[in-house]
Amino acid sequence: MNDKAHKIAYAVFALAVILLGWQVDNQYYLQLMIFIGLNTLLALSLNMLMGYAGQISLGHAAFYGIGAYVTAILTTTYQVAPVLALPAAVGTAMLVAWIVGIPTLRLSGYYLGMGTLGFGMIVHIVLREWSSVTGGASGFVGIPPLEIGLVVFASGKNYFFLVWAVVLLCLIMCRRIIDSRVGRALRSIHDGEKAAAAVGVDTKKLKLQVFVFSAGMAALAGFLYAHLVYFISPGTFSFVASIRIVTMVVIGGMASIWGALLGASLLTLLPEWLHAFSEFEMVVYGLILMGVMIFLPRGLTRGVLDVYERYRKNHDR
Amino acid sequence: MLLSRKCRFGALAIAILLAGALIFTPGVFAESHQDAYKIGGIFSVTGPASFLGDPEKKSMELAIEEINAAGGVDGRMLEPVIYDTEGDPSKTVMAVGKLINKDRVTAIIGPSRTPTTLAVTPMVKRAKLPFISCAAGNKIVDPVKPWVFKTAQSDVQAVASIYEHIQQRDIQKVGIITVSNSFGESGKEQLLAQAGDFGITVVSSQSFGASDTDMTAQLTKIRQEKPGAIICWGTNPGPAVVAKNAKQLGIEIPLYQSHGVASPKFIDLAGDAAEGIFLPTGKILVADLLADDDPQKQVLTDYINAYESKYNETVSGFGGYAYDAVHLLARAMEGTNGDKAKIRKNLETLKNYVGISGVFNFSKTDHNGLDPSAFVMVKIKDGKWELVE
Repeated sequence: MNDKAHKIAYAVFALAVILLGWQVDNQYYLQLMIFIGLNTLLALSLNMLMGYAGQISLGHAAFYGIGAYVTAILTTTYQVAPVLALPAAVGTAMLVAWIVGIPTLRLSGYYLGMGTLGFGMIVHIVLREWSSVTGGASGFVGIPPLEIGLVVFASGKNYFFLVWAVVLLCLIMCRRIIDSRVGRALRSIHDGEKAAAAVGVDTKKLKLQVFVFSAGMAALAGFLYAHLVYFISPGTFSFVASIRIVTMVVIGGMASIWGALLGASLLTLLPEWLHAFSEFEMVVYGLILMGVMIFLPRGLTRGVLDVYERYRKNHDR
Repeated sequence: MLLSRKCRFGALAIAILLAGALIFTPGVFAESHQDAYKIGGIFSVTGPASFLGDPEKKSMELAIEEINAAGGVDGRMLEPVIYDTEGDPSKTVMAVGKLINKDRVTAIIGPSRTPTTLAVTPMVKRAKLPFISCAAGNKIVDPVKPWVFKTAQSDVQAVASIYEHIQQRDIQKVGIITVSNSFGESGKEQLLAQAGDFGITVVSSQSFGASDTDMTAQLTKIRQEKPGAIICWGTNPGPAVVAKNAKQLGIEIPLYQSHGVASPKFIDLAGDAAEGIFLPTGKILVADLLADDDPQKQVLTDYINAYESKYNETVSGFGGYAYDAVHLLARAMEGTNGDKAKIRKNLETLKNYVGISGVFNFSKTDHNGLDPSAFVMVKIKDGKWELVE
């Protein structure tokens, strides 16, 4: 896509968000869209790592959890203002990612998957067992609402705008990284790490940087989650959650900014729509995911474009 | 101007969105009244806690059927709207949002687990909606929250009845082994907190993962401290492994289990090793052994018969939480015309309701309404439950 197309896409996106926010009054739909926003952030953060740099992470929920728990502990136990807790939450996750990233990112393929999987489990166990600080398995209660200056972000509507403003900000940020020299270097790592190194890309440093960046974004989502629900428990940040994020990226389309949005929306909305099937809900859910992967193996975004291109080719002939 | 046009455009869009965030303040919705009262239900019907959620869902449907057959509440029928939480807090938040804002229910029953309950209590508080949880954790009603009630017995009462029994047998030192999830943790908290009141010292406190298959190491550590009894706190299958390992290690001191394993499945899992184990349980497990003058006997027998004939499966000890919740709610709804504040007030003042899990006496300071008499001590003998006094 060229520059103009991007601008149009952002405009359409922003307009859609504003219109939805204006028109929708039902708290349930607002809540649903807020969750889509949070999941988009998560999928986007993992997409930078997985889709562009080609580094798989099966422990991404750990950073989501770190973000949520750091702000919960600071704002509730130590009464720190949420605005100040935000840099702490994001910073902690980035620091942890940096420390963990140095040894783990030497791995590749399955081994990297295993390494990050183990990391995710360790964080989950720490959250669950360190009960004097984290509240343990029963969870952390009493997180205050988000207050910035005089504004309290408590209602569905203003939280909706906050979350989606953050999503748009992150979308633009990611887009700009990808279009930059760094972005091209990242994609070269994805295509062939040795080749990238041979042409002078500092692969080690870049991989670490994108890992840290990705962790920060996931922590941001965690921060927003904690102040939305006012309660967190380790279950939300378990291995299953990590897998769900990977699924969003794969279903939406790897190496695509809008794929993250699409994947997150589909995986958040699908279970809600499928309530009608009651007992068969999980079966239908599984079948749909399978169908997408069989017929559109490159994810929804690429897949739809492929189908369109094929159609046009046939038509032109 | 150094900023590129694209950048400026992005900044503008973000500014507009943030402005939107500032303009909107909490909205208020009009109440809608239909002919039938909608009652929300949220249970972990699937997932790791399905052994709780599945019988709870069925019992809720059963109770609503009974009430409707008897003419409903003030002539208006009850209509259940039930969602599956899969035991996941985020899913529960979503489901409660849907119940409150889309289905516009009058009250909500469930969820089955403590973390999922705690995740939604801020929401019901904001929505001012009567809410009866089916989870065990004491954190739910301590401190008391105006709109939150619960029907499951708390670990407070279970621990008290175990310690009472241990005290009677003149044992002063105990070792505890608890599962590392919300159930075990809440139990451990109570075990440590109440020990002093009964003159008991906890000499060793160990934990195990919910899906661990060998607890020999923890039991060996406990044995080194020479306690007079071991108390295990968990839900199946872990405690069965503890029982087996204790037998293999030749540990002779009495083993106590929590009400979390109070189902025939525990005896199946532990086999021989279950012999001689003590545990507190709600009366439902031993309904046929109760004395005829027990106030709960009639209620229990009716519920068991109705459940077993409707669903063609053995009743579990957990469905009663939802069954009690529906009946309590229906009682509190009488004469309120669906006014949520009145329902809440009625629930808080409800006294002497004989239910499945015990005799409920709610008050301003007690939103669980049960006392230790909700539990009876049983011993496993020849693969069957036996009442102990």
